[in-house]
Amino acid sequence: MNKRLKTYLNKTSNAAPLAVFRIGFGLMMFYGIVRYWAKGWIEMIYTQPKFHFKYYGFEWVQTLGNYTYILFIICGIASLLIAFGFKYRLAIIAFFLSFTYIELMDKTTYLNHYYFISILSFLMIFLPANKYFSVDAYRSNIQYQSIPKWTIDSIKLLLGIVYVYAGLAKINSDWLLRAQPLKTWLPSKYDLPFIGESLMHQNWFHYAMSWSGMFYDLFIPFLLLYQKTRAVAFIFVVVFHIFTRVLFPIGMFPYVMIISTLIFFEANVHLKIISFIKKLLPSSSAKAIKTKEAFHFKNKKIILPIVGVFLVLQLVIPFRYLLYPGELFWTEEGYRFSWRVMLMEKMGNTTFKIVDGKTNAFFYVNNSDFLTPLQEKQMSFQPDFIVEYAHYLGNHFKNQGHKNIEVYAKSFVALNGRLSEPFVDEAVNLFAEKESFKPKSWILPFTDDIKGL
Amino acid sequence: MIKRIIVVAILSLAIFACTESDDVSSGNGINDTFDRTAMLSNISDNIIIPAYQKLDLDLNTLKASKNAFIANANQANLQTLRVDWFNAYKTYQTVQMFQIGKAKEILFEQQMNIYPTNTTDIENNITSGTYDLSHVNNNDAVGFPALDYMLYGLAGDDSAIVNLYTGTNYKTYLSDLIDQMQMLNNSVLTDWTSNYRDDFVLNTANVASGAVNQLLNAYVFYYEKRLRAEKVGIPAGVFSSTPLPEKVEALYRQDNSKILTTEALNAMQNFFNGKAYNSNTQGKCLNSYLIALNRSDLVNVINERFDAARQKVEVLNASYKSQIETDNIKMTEAYDAMQMVVVSLKSDMLSVLNVSVSYVDADGD
Repeated sequence: MNKRLKTYLNKTSNAAPLAVFRIGFGLMMFYGIVRYWAKGWIEMIYTQPKFHFKYYGFEWVQTLGNYTYILFIICGIASLLIAFGFKYRLAIIAFFLSFTYIELMDKTTYLNHYYFISILSFLMIFLPANKYFSVDAYRSNIQYQSIPKWTIDSIKLLLGIVYVYAGLAKINSDWLLRAQPLKTWLPSKYDLPFIGESLMHQNWFHYAMSWSGMFYDLFIPFLLLYQKTRAVAFIFVVVFHIFTRVLFPIGMFPYVMIISTLIFFEANVHLKIISFIKKLLPSSSAKAIKTKEAFHFKNKKIILPIVGVFLVLQLVIPFRYLLYPGELFWTEEGYRFSWRVMLMEKMGNTTFKIVDGKTNAFFYVNNSDFLTPLQEKQMSFQPDFIVEYAHYLGNHFKNQGHKNIEVYAKSFVALNGRLSEPFVDEAVNLFAEKESFKPKSWILPFTDDIKGL
Repeated sequence: MIKRIIVVAILSLAIFACTESDDVSSGNGINDTFDRTAMLSNISDNIIIPAYQKLDLDLNTLKASKNAFIANANQANLQTLRVDWFNAYKTYQTVQMFQIGKAKEILFEQQMNIYPTNTTDIENNITSGTYDLSHVNNNDAVGFPALDYMLYGLAGDDSAIVNLYTGTNYKTYLSDLIDQMQMLNNSVLTDWTSNYRDDFVLNTANVASGAVNQLLNAYVFYYEKRLRAEKVGIPAGVFSSTPLPEKVEALYRQDNSKILTTEALNAMQNFFNGKAYNSNTQGKCLNSYLIALNRSDLVNVINERFDAARQKVEVLNASYKSQIETDNIKMTEAYDAMQMVVVSLKSDMLSVLNVSVSYVDADGD
């Protein structure tokens, strides 16, 4: 085993796929940052709200007021540098830190694909993506024909985890037997050309989409790995992601996935892409640089364990929900960072009562005084948001001079086409409840049953 | 291989290009889903336009009795004026939820029903004689609440009120207020009947600017903020440390508060069920839309909750002010029952209809 591992780790592979991946990643991230800025989301999501929902343990990550824009500028410049392969190591570290910091500022906009970008950029810190066709190589006069095979495989593994885990998460009775939430979402796409009025409301279509979505996620990485099915699989990838882009407002994610899966192709495809890019570049002034055979890490002893532990964590983290009692979709304890994508149509309505514990005098809170519409929407059905907001409210009114403050929530949540049900125990003073990784006893039990993984 | 990739890339670009423009309208293909145009036609032809027409009629009557009162300021004419004011106020409760199109553009509700009215501003306007009634600073010095003050709140008894109208200043302000209201409502109505109706009925795309989306957004917002909070919640003090009885609707003719809430609540439920304004005929509306999506369970819950809220309102004193001052618990109970409708509308109905409303258009995953 150890010997086989050693031989595997010494295997090399052409450097071109990783170089193309680096270029695609950098350019898409740059576009993503520009798009985010252009839509006015920096202001709307980070600089305007009075209050931000924090990830547990990352409460210290603060928004930077107008300097938040500088964070985005750093992130954007780093993306371009990554694409050019210029000062790559510094650029990818800057990108990972700035991008992750942005995401940590407010969890209201948590998306699986932002998390994917964060962990992918973390992994890329340790990969030799600038050893071929990069400004770094050009400046140092040396480029390498090949790189350790595991570096490319680690990205394939990460992509495989995303797909397979997303597929596993779809093996549940709501998705497969009730075709929810697609049954809720698809009929509202009635205004699509051609298919809007003909397909979107058909019962069979909801089931067909649910089941094929599950099979797609479960098997696509394997079809991409296998040389004979790869081309067809890539067509599937393109069609699937474009279709989801048409149906749902999922921003950059489809394109990120399409470009990323190119890494599964053989080197000759990437060499062609590179020679195509070269044609676009001014070649007259280009100097000849030395091409060496294989790149080897100097600090293998540090890098290999880090990447190994990182990948094992990625395999384990999505299963942490098993440690919690109750229905995962309802409590969402262990829901994030697990590739549970598009699994729920969940909406809630949650209002708060501020009570003077001694006199029992009370008043209700108008959520829109404190939260943006998006924050209120997200807060209304996620328990960690509810308790965090309850504390914010408690402290706010305490500072205003109110005494003996107790905070109670009245909450109703509708999940996947069921009628809304009481969500939070109205008798529990949330101001006295602490956020932690422990199960939240004040979430009322889910009255239905969702079977599956 | 590379060729195939290029083909796929071009193909995807083509699809992408077709979808990036978000405002594609649906054309007139085979239509075997729920017919939104039919629903919007029912809403505009049988509900919204007749309601605005009735209000137009009421405001013209009000204008006429105002003219009679100005010509001859006596107690009898004041009484007629008051009755006509209240009739129009009741009718107004059936249109305030439709803050879309022209009404939204001219900020109709802000010019018709901001309360409590600001008596200092009103008196200053009357004294100075120069004012721009449509100015945002005058939003709390115009509309039905201002008339409430002008007709009931100016002095301790009726003869003293009539006395104030012997001078020109009060007459002019009263006259300008009513003329302005009549003019505003007429411009909204004219817009509906001239061109807005046809645009509205065909604007079926599921985008934030679509007719269904705008309508639902206005409807739910109105219920939560204007009806549940302003009419009942705020005066009952549910958002403050103490009750605020001076914030009731129709403060100067207190016996009217409850009737206005009931009218508004009925209008909300009638709209939900697609009931025509002038008859008991039911056409396509939110209830049939939900039923088409197989959610008659939700239709029942919503109607039950509307009924429950109405029952809780019915037991209240006609004057909310005295209800709050004697037994505020009943007020907060009414509020709680009304809140349950918000739950159904926001967390259930909007979720089932899955229309994009005015939330931030952030990405999902």
